[in-house]
Amino acid sequence: MDALQVTNLSVAYEEKVVLQNVNLTTPVGHLTGIIGPNGAGKSTLIKAILNQLPNKTGAVHILERPLNPKDHLVGYVPQRNAVDWDFPANALDVVLMGRYGHIGMIRKPSAKDKQIAMECLKNVGMEAFADRSIGQLSGGQQQRVFLARALAQEAEVYFMDEPFVGVDAATERTIIAILKDLKAKGKSVFVVHHDLQTAADYFDWMILLNQTITASGPTEQTFTEDNLQEAYGGKLFFMDQTKLNKTFN
Amino acid sequence: MNEFWVLLTGSLVGITCGLTGVFLILRKTAMIADAISHTVLFGIVVAFMVTQSLSGFWMLVGAAIAGLLTTFLVQLLQSGGLQEDAAIGVVFTSLFALGVLFITLFAGNVHLDVEHVLMGEIAFVPWDTWDILGFSMPKAVWMLLIVLVFNLLFLVFFYKEMKLTTFDPVFALSIGLPIVAMHYSYMTLVSLTTVAAFDSVGAVLVVAMLIGPAATAYLMSKSVIGMIVWSMAFGVMAAITGYYLAKLWNTSIAGMMAAMIGVLFMLVFLFKPHDGWIWKVFKRMKIKDTEPNIL
Repeated sequence: MDALQVTNLSVAYEEKVVLQNVNLTTPVGHLTGIIGPNGAGKSTLIKAILNQLPNKTGAVHILERPLNPKDHLVGYVPQRNAVDWDFPANALDVVLMGRYGHIGMIRKPSAKDKQIAMECLKNVGMEAFADRSIGQLSGGQQQRVFLARALAQEAEVYFMDEPFVGVDAATERTIIAILKDLKAKGKSVFVVHHDLQTAADYFDWMILLNQTITASGPTEQTFTEDNLQEAYGGKLFFMDQTKLNKTFN
Repeated sequence: MNEFWVLLTGSLVGITCGLTGVFLILRKTAMIADAISHTVLFGIVVAFMVTQSLSGFWMLVGAAIAGLLTTFLVQLLQSGGLQEDAAIGVVFTSLFALGVLFITLFAGNVHLDVEHVLMGEIAFVPWDTWDILGFSMPKAVWMLLIVLVFNLLFLVFFYKEMKLTTFDPVFALSIGLPIVAMHYSYMTLVSLTTVAAFDSVGAVLVVAMLIGPAATAYLMSKSVIGMIVWSMAFGVMAAITGYYLAKLWNTSIAGMMAAMIGVLFMLVFLFKPHDGWIWKVFKRMKIKDTEPNIL
């Protein structure tokens, strides 16, 4: 069974091509990193897969059928800075939003929905902050709330846009533990990531992207210097730098 | 009795606008209310030209259409690459100017003067009554009640959808919420609220009522529902205190009500516990006092 199948996907913003002819297939049960330089179209790829861009061509299948939100198959963690954290809501309110798809229009969240939301907060180590205004949480805590909301979706395939950006080390460890737990439960997780140092440790499957697919497959086959050179072009210089840093520290 | 109707009208304006204004603040589209409050004039004039009547019902229809048209045009210009504030500025001045032109060209001898539309006259509200189901109440009260019911029903049904599409539209879209339909429905309600309120307080002061109480409530609230309650409460407070102060000083009632909105906002902004301005200054002074003098 394929978790994700993308066929001939192209996206252009006002004549500027962002994604060109993307084709990829990923089987279920993998923790997949979507890797590429800035402007490679990583976030755009996720948005296109989730059918949020009107100006796209090509086909996307999730678990071998076209995306339909009513199937509740997909969980989503948008970029943290995409929302206004001064919004008057507490952590539990936001996690509960992950249940809205299951609840359906008009109806109110039930006691069971609230219980599920609370458990998801617990999973990310945030149960003590359920009543806290989201504006008073740290960046890492906000990211955990977003992850808890995705968990509350009880989905099969998860898409996460830069969940590790601007978080503290403890949060990064919590998030990666949860991702690995999801994988152990047979879920498929796709994560936009740009830290090449940790990528090989975190993900067992990789999509290397720079407007089109450079490589896609198991990490040990795809995460090679040649492929990275190709995806990053001349910009891979900093990779050597980080390697150097590692050696000297 | 007349005093009662004026107070009731003012309070209803406060409640209805307070309720509707909350999501304008949260969606950061307060300026679209300004636009709609002016473009409803265009809608009303066109409604008059088509039906040749000044009935409240056709005014509401015209206003709703004008509000939708405004929202749609702003969106259209934005997707054409214009910034939102510029798009709002272009659309609302053009439509308002068209409205003014149409009034003078086609409705010159009708009671539909620009000053009335802009400033309203809440003191005259009690004399213009409607009989519905055997009840005789001022027309303004009826219109505000009807629009309030629409607003309440919309929020009772779609509270959680409004909350999510406002906080995180990208996520809302991913779970299949109709975010565009929600946006246009809400903007229709803003238009209806505007036209129902402006007959009594005028288009300019509708904006004050839509934005001021909600902005004040935003400073006070930790939840959307709390913000809604505070916003309606501030709207009513401004209406009632504004009325009595206007009476005391023999000045414009609507003007005084709007002024009170400003006063309430400043009071909350300055004196709110923990993060009000005064509180912060006080805390800063305290920190300075306790700092060891290294010199």
